[in-house]
Amino acid sequence: MREHAYLRPSDPAQAVAAVAEDPDARFLAGGTNLVDHLKLGIATPGLLVDVRRLPLDALEETDADLRIGANVLNSDLAAHRAVRERWPAVSRALLAGASGQIRNQATTAGNLLQRTRCVYFQDRTTPCNKREPGSGCSADDEQAYGRYNAILGASEHCVTVHPSDFAVALTACDATIQVLGPDGVRELPVEDLHRLPGDRPQHDTTLAHGELITGVLLPGSATSARSTYVKVRDRASFAFALVSVAAGIDLDASGLVRDVRLAWGGVAHKPWRARAAEEALRGATLSESAIVAAADAELAQARPAPGADYKVAMVRNATVLALRHLVPELEESR
Amino acid sequence: METFTSATVELTVDGTAHRIPVDPRTTLLDALRERLGNTSPKKGCDHGQCGSCTVLLDGRRHLTCLALALSYDGAEITTAAGLAGEDLHPMQRAFLEHDGYQCGYCTPGQICSAVGMLDEAAQGQPSHVTEDLARPVTLEELTDAEVRERMSGNLCRCGAYVGILDAIREAAGA
Repeated sequence: MREHAYLRPSDPAQAVAAVAEDPDARFLAGGTNLVDHLKLGIATPGLLVDVRRLPLDALEETDADLRIGANVLNSDLAAHRAVRERWPAVSRALLAGASGQIRNQATTAGNLLQRTRCVYFQDRTTPCNKREPGSGCSADDEQAYGRYNAILGASEHCVTVHPSDFAVALTACDATIQVLGPDGVRELPVEDLHRLPGDRPQHDTTLAHGELITGVLLPGSATSARSTYVKVRDRASFAFALVSVAAGIDLDASGLVRDVRLAWGGVAHKPWRARAAEEALRGATLSESAIVAAADAELAQARPAPGADYKVAMVRNATVLALRHLVPELEESR
Repeated sequence: METFTSATVELTVDGTAHRIPVDPRTTLLDALRERLGNTSPKKGCDHGQCGSCTVLLDGRRHLTCLALALSYDGAEITTAAGLAGEDLHPMQRAFLEHDGYQCGYCTPGQICSAVGMLDEAAQGQPSHVTEDLARPVTLEELTDAEVRERMSGNLCRCGAYVGILDAIREAAGA
């Protein structure tokens, strides 16, 4: 582990200034991913700016929304009454992630900023454009361990996926990310936080160096209130998603789809908002064949990276499963 | 604002306060084991995957391998060794009675995790397998599936899970 200095700022502005002025500095929050990266030698900061104790741990509910401080722990957020009742997909996604111990340590902002679990990214003896720009992509190869690779939005430079469950649920709930930077505060839709790899896979997000996530705003909606999260993984617990689906639905009295939200995890470098699928379902009568057709409309643009072909059928089926959980009548009409 | 290249950290471990100088790279696990000589939390994987380094930190179950000691300055830590008073903790006794171990290496982490897990359940925290999120679970409803899911962060390479499950269910009174 490279030697580093450690700084504990007393307010968010100090934290931002300290990182913004030092290209070698990194924010440290819960540490469940970054401390591991220090040990693996894939993160080598000269300065750690510890934001864990900054007063960003409030949870404020109004009729319109929920404001989540960046330091609210994953376990506390998952268990919060308002989240369970008004944004169940968010609670389900958090509970499907990591282990009890890690959820007691991982923070709201840290979860969003965790990095890929691509085996080559985590192994510094292999080429990886995300870890070492220009070195090549070891995963984009028929002989590689490509089981976790992307099927949507990948580039020749990087074929990995984003690992967060929470971010997928936030995408289906139209969350807003609140950011403090050297030039002040700004807000962005969660969809604009993460990015596709293109030719700069070293950048997971659109945040500039020194920008600090201070909170997440969850707007209340009919689709969020009737939402869930389905995660498919290699074992029953404590594993990252092969694919996942966050779904929310609002049906009118006659059973037509008034509105719907679909976001997919494990398929791309960012949580994938399935807008073509949503469009296909809006105004339709919900049926298994309609859901399959909607998923296929989205998957028309799928270009599976080596080893990940199986995810196309898997995410289609997981989408059916998620909507079946939300609309039990679908089950009966099969 | 405080910047450190080395600093003193204050930790209360199993009821005793300590002040030790540490390099900023020192993890909580290494501070406990190598600096304070408390070998109850174990170094298994050292990457947050096995749970053998679990302690109770400010009352909640917590890994110590993915934590830098300086981040937890002032923390109150209870290790499995510190759970016992005059008598063994009920969870420790239950592990003995139900053979909740073979080699014993994961056991201190399992026991701390189980104590923290039951506390979470008693507070009504749901889990991945909880059917109805709107209704908090109770200790009485803690099924085998609930215990298995909630304990998935603690691995036992000897495979003593059947005994571990029985021990936790007895300690839960379920």
